[in-house]
Amino acid sequence: MHRTGDLYGQFETLEQQKETASLGMWVFLVTEVLFFGGMFLTYTINRSAFSTAFGIGSNTLDITLGAGNTVVLIMSSLTMAMAVWSAQVGKKKLVSIFLIATLGLGTVFLGVKGVEYKQKFDHHLIPGHGFDMKYHPTHPMPGDDPKELALEKKEVEEALAHDPDINFHGQLYFSLYFGMTGLHALHMIIGAGLLIWLIKGSFAGRFTPQYNTPVEVVGLYWHFVDIVWIYLFPLLYLIDRHR
Amino acid sequence: MSEHIVSPKIYFAIFASLMLGTGITVWAAFQNFGKLNIVIALVIATIKATLVVLYFMHARYSPKRTQLVIICSIFWLAIMLGMTLSDYDTRPHEMQPGVTRLEPPAAPQAFTA
Repeated sequence: MHRTGDLYGQFETLEQQKETASLGMWVFLVTEVLFFGGMFLTYTINRSAFSTAFGIGSNTLDITLGAGNTVVLIMSSLTMAMAVWSAQVGKKKLVSIFLIATLGLGTVFLGVKGVEYKQKFDHHLIPGHGFDMKYHPTHPMPGDDPKELALEKKEVEEALAHDPDINFHGQLYFSLYFGMTGLHALHMIIGAGLLIWLIKGSFAGRFTPQYNTPVEVVGLYWHFVDIVWIYLFPLLYLIDRHR
Repeated sequence: MSEHIVSPKIYFAIFASLMLGTGITVWAAFQNFGKLNIVIALVIATIKATLVVLYFMHARYSPKRTQLVIICSIFWLAIMLGMTLSDYDTRPHEMQPGVTRLEPPAAPQAFTA
């Protein structure tokens, strides 16, 4: 392909090139909106049909880890935005620093997610043969709050008396929980890969006030993943918390 | 037309608002507002998402055609959510998801030649 410096042959100016690239990323993000939108739709229909099971499932999630992760992810969006700014004003060192910070925060998010998934394995809350919502309240783990556990037990027992299928509908909640957070995490992993590529470029001093399109475009993607979490957090973690 | 550089001041202000929004969501989830709980959670999430799109993603300073693409995505999402939910919402009770039929389906007949 014909290329002069950073300018590809089909563009008149660097600015036109950047606007085209941003527009392309936005078009991709539109397909992502509809992709995640389908899952949010499935979630909405099932939540309104099986609200008791969804409430119990939601209450088993650790709100401290969830809210903490929200803070971590929003912070990573800030550092990403700051990386774009640093490139625009030509502070090459700051670009690397902010990109590394973004990657670090993204990794922390994924690590916390891993801890949460492990907990769900330990509590027999993975959809499938071993799934049992009564398991955890009757098999306390070291470090569990007995008051919380008693509350959970009472809740599950009441729900079981009212609807013996609660263990099936609970699996629906956890399938959606793992499906949605899993696909979100996959997007984060892809984003981390893109960040590594950007960090390499920033070490080579590739991003300048004239040319910072890759940072801008990956930034758009990263912020979008943040937005998905902004919806996932209240919808998955905060159902029926006022008990 | 030169590109618009958003200042760090704005970025930090948006960050602070997003943190505040997260705090309010968590607080509101522990209050009993009845059916309004989910509405409040979604309104706050939407305000947060709008701030991210407008400032972190520079939509406010983007060319008109990029803004059109963003608005289209919201429009299509609204069609998908609105049409599907209005379908489910207007079904008769026994066709709603989660309603179990009283009589089990008939056992399959043994095959006889």
